[in-house]
Amino acid sequence: MTFREVNATEAVALAADGHRVIDVREQNEWDAGHVVGATLLPLADVAQRIAEVAPDKDAPLLLHCAVGGRSGRAAAWLSQMGYTNVVSMKAPIGDWKTAGGAWNEPQEPLLTPAQQRRYARQTLIPEIGQEGQRKLLDAKVLLIGAGALGSPSALYLSASGVGTIGLVDDDLVEESNLQRQVLHGADRLGMRKVDSGELTIRGLNPETVVVKHAERLDAGNVERLISGYDVIVDGTDNFDTRYVLNDAAVKLRKPVVHGSIYRWDGQITTFVPFEGPCYRCMYPTQPPDELAPACSVAGVLGVLPGVIGLLQSNEVFKLILGAGDTLAGRLLMFDAMGTSFDEVRIWRDPACPTCGEGSPYHEDPT
Amino acid sequence: MSTIRIPPVLRENTDGRRTVDVTGATVSAALDDLFAQHPALRDRVTTDGKLSEFINVYVNDRDVRYRDGLDTTVGADDTIILLPAMAGGSR
Repeated sequence: MTFREVNATEAVALAADGHRVIDVREQNEWDAGHVVGATLLPLADVAQRIAEVAPDKDAPLLLHCAVGGRSGRAAAWLSQMGYTNVVSMKAPIGDWKTAGGAWNEPQEPLLTPAQQRRYARQTLIPEIGQEGQRKLLDAKVLLIGAGALGSPSALYLSASGVGTIGLVDDDLVEESNLQRQVLHGADRLGMRKVDSGELTIRGLNPETVVVKHAERLDAGNVERLISGYDVIVDGTDNFDTRYVLNDAAVKLRKPVVHGSIYRWDGQITTFVPFEGPCYRCMYPTQPPDELAPACSVAGVLGVLPGVIGLLQSNEVFKLILGAGDTLAGRLLMFDAMGTSFDEVRIWRDPACPTCGEGSPYHEDPT
Repeated sequence: MSTIRIPPVLRENTDGRRTVDVTGATVSAALDDLFAQHPALRDRVTTDGKLSEFINVYVNDRDVRYRDGLDTTVGADDTIILLPAMAGGSR
């Protein structure tokens, strides 16, 4: 079985007649303009990815490159692999346009060459790709607390290309923080956590925009703080702040990734307003202080916020990419002592004063 | 015999144990057995004889608030999870 070579006029007619157009050039050539409706499948990837691009070996395929050399080689391989209806355009790609073929003019590339290099391991993942990386670069994530839970999120979100990271924290770096707050170091004692955090993030990824909010989140500033962000990561240390954040986030429709830690145990879930339960649905009533001591009183294992904080980052990724299944409606519990995870379901409470039937926030703010 | 998971903040009342095996066909009966075995727990999680509102109770992965509350039946291989909210994060 062999393949057929055609000129540009024939190729345009075949494409109009239902041949699937496959462009075997490289990404940078594609970015400089490409056939409308074509699929990019660089020559080096053809053997590995053709089954995913064209599962039906009898489907009519029209391969092209810049002049017909690479597409001829690809077509020969495909014929050997059992593809029965393969055509290669043996003509300069300019002839396609002259022959009246539909053509997409170059677009602004999604990623700069430096970004393509930096994020290469991530853009290879089918669910991310250049489009997903662009979404990450355009995303704004607010970390409430630049401490234990905020540290791993700040490090990994900036390293992997979340474009803007806001830090809300009015604390200074203390010696007792360093056992787990890896955003800060021994040379930063006494420095504001937002400043230390900015230094570390800049070192990891100079491209990350760091927005510093050196204040404590409260009912008076919460809406101003969260309104400009896409996702909120809650790593606060007390219930009052968590309820204040929850109510404002429901009102402004901001997803909140919740994490909390205590000694050897951690909890994490994701609240998506009006789609899943909110914090008040899960915990309608605040426990007394003696049943919910802060880390400063109870102690916390150094690696625990690393585990929980990175699970939070993983949720942030999926919320930005719109891929996968988040923890909305599920509470994940980690027991470091037993190295075990448990999960319980959490439900929207119709009687919830924040997001239930009587909620004052049903009106969409936009 | 079902199992009750003890949250970290309450383990000082169970001699550090993370789980306690109990008998009882309902959540209420299972909790009574738990309190019989570890009497100090009763005062920490009940108010006027009722389980406090800030403790979430799950049978396996289901919140009993959305089932039959403390009357929710408990099978021999079921796990009851007691879950008060946790606060820690930043500091």
